[in-house]
Amino acid sequence: MADVLTLSIDGRSVRVPIDTTVAAAVIIAGQFAFRQSVSGQSRGPLCGMGICFECRVTIDGQEHQRSCQIRCREGMEVRTDG
Amino acid sequence: MVEVASFDVLVIGAGPAGLAAACVAAEGGQRVGVVDDNFSPGGQIWRGQAVGKSKTAWLDRMIGKTGIQPNRDALASYWLARTSKSDISWFPSARIVTAPKPGHLLAENADGAVSFQYQKLILATGARELFLPFPGWTLPNVMGAGGLQAMAKGGLPIDGKRIVVAGTGPLLLVVAAYLRKHGAIVPVVAEQASAWSLTQFGAGLSREPGKLAQAFALRSQLRGVPFLTYTWPTMVATDGGSLRVTLSQRGEPRDVTCDYLACGFGLVPNLELPRLLGCGVIEDAVLVDDWQETTVTSVYCVGEPTGVGGVDKAVLEGQVAGYAATGQRDRAETLFGKRDAAQRFVGHLNRAFALQPELRQIVTPDTILCRCEDVTYGRLQGYSSWRAAKLHTRCGMGPCQGRICGAALHALFGWDDDSARPPVFPSTLETLAGDVATERI
Repeated sequence: MADVLTLSIDGRSVRVPIDTTVAAAVIIAGQFAFRQSVSGQSRGPLCGMGICFECRVTIDGQEHQRSCQIRCREGMEVRTDG
Repeated sequence: MVEVASFDVLVIGAGPAGLAAACVAAEGGQRVGVVDDNFSPGGQIWRGQAVGKSKTAWLDRMIGKTGIQPNRDALASYWLARTSKSDISWFPSARIVTAPKPGHLLAENADGAVSFQYQKLILATGARELFLPFPGWTLPNVMGAGGLQAMAKGGLPIDGKRIVVAGTGPLLLVVAAYLRKHGAIVPVVAEQASAWSLTQFGAGLSREPGKLAQAFALRSQLRGVPFLTYTWPTMVATDGGSLRVTLSQRGEPRDVTCDYLACGFGLVPNLELPRLLGCGVIEDAVLVDDWQETTVTSVYCVGEPTGVGGVDKAVLEGQVAGYAATGQRDRAETLFGKRDAAQRFVGHLNRAFALQPELRQIVTPDTILCRCEDVTYGRLQGYSSWRAAKLHTRCGMGPCQGRICGAALHALFGWDDDSARPPVFPSTLETLAGDVATERI
């Protein structure tokens, strides 16, 4: 099916509809904690519009990517820090 | 690698105000560029709206003749379609980071840096949500009201999820209706404003047929959803796999369990870029003249940064600026009446949804205010200004650069941060170095 793509989130393979943001895909993969705060708390998306930086993850080796502002691509490798 | 792009009119922001400005400027034959942080146009309110094709011709005639927009979605598809027919250069997923000199802006996208040059600049930077801290607001699955809607539009599954919607403003109803339409269960909408001020607001709407129609439509979409006034969250905690939200309902505590809490206390304008450019700002609104021109010559400002007032105001201001910036003042002037009426709505909104003073007491000493640096409310006691608190606690010095805690600090302490220093957005050294390199060429 062309309207679905597969990406990897923390090593798990996840299928999502095209146009899904990475942030939504992370939650679809069952991961609600996207990162650890400086004092070790789990955090997830807050603003949904690229301002709060709480949803940042590592995408294809690039750290600190705001996952709510990026669409999933086939074969993308996403790592959370939660 | 620095890409250089030069325009007669450069528009920052592709929400309703920015798109309207860009359309009318481009239709006047000018070279127009639009820069936006998102990957698709529409801003926050028109996020994920499809471009209407067949509807455009009759909508065009109807809106042209009557000035009446049939509904929110029709207005979105009208402007998105009009944009797609205009000759506009589109720079998605790009953030402005510095303004190296007048007439120049430096942006960053996934491919590197873009150096923009412009004759006229139109700032349509929109607004973000105001978050008031309370115990548990930093937990995963607690999001903004608009924030959760944006996530859902980005593919977050909400079918069958229980979502408490809380905070203040017309956005709560829009979000609750959207969530419900997409299969979510909304056990309660908690509005902090009192029933009395909402009644006053409703009475004011009777002078605005379009807005009144929208309000009735929302009300029917929300039939069966308890709408509580003078009610707000005071605490949220994890409860197994769910969240347990404690609401203060007219002073009485009441617990509700849910999968997500969608909570936003209204909107605050994005003023970082206008401030960086030196535009005059008074009481959280960029100062503009009748033509939407700021105190900086050739820099215009439209939409929420000139006063949070919603989509109708944004579209009208956008058109006025687009015409004025391209030498079509006569056409801009024809919109003054409607624009001024839309601007008066700002005052109604502010009065109806003014924050209750009790909301300053839902924060506790252990509550984190600055989520980037994990600075608690308790640690901020005893400082006289945000600047002093920053130096000692790093409050507001993380990646969001105070965009989230700043408005809360204003609400809780009355602190302001009227400075904006480059880069206004976290940026790579390559981008900043690239800018220096282009200077030398």
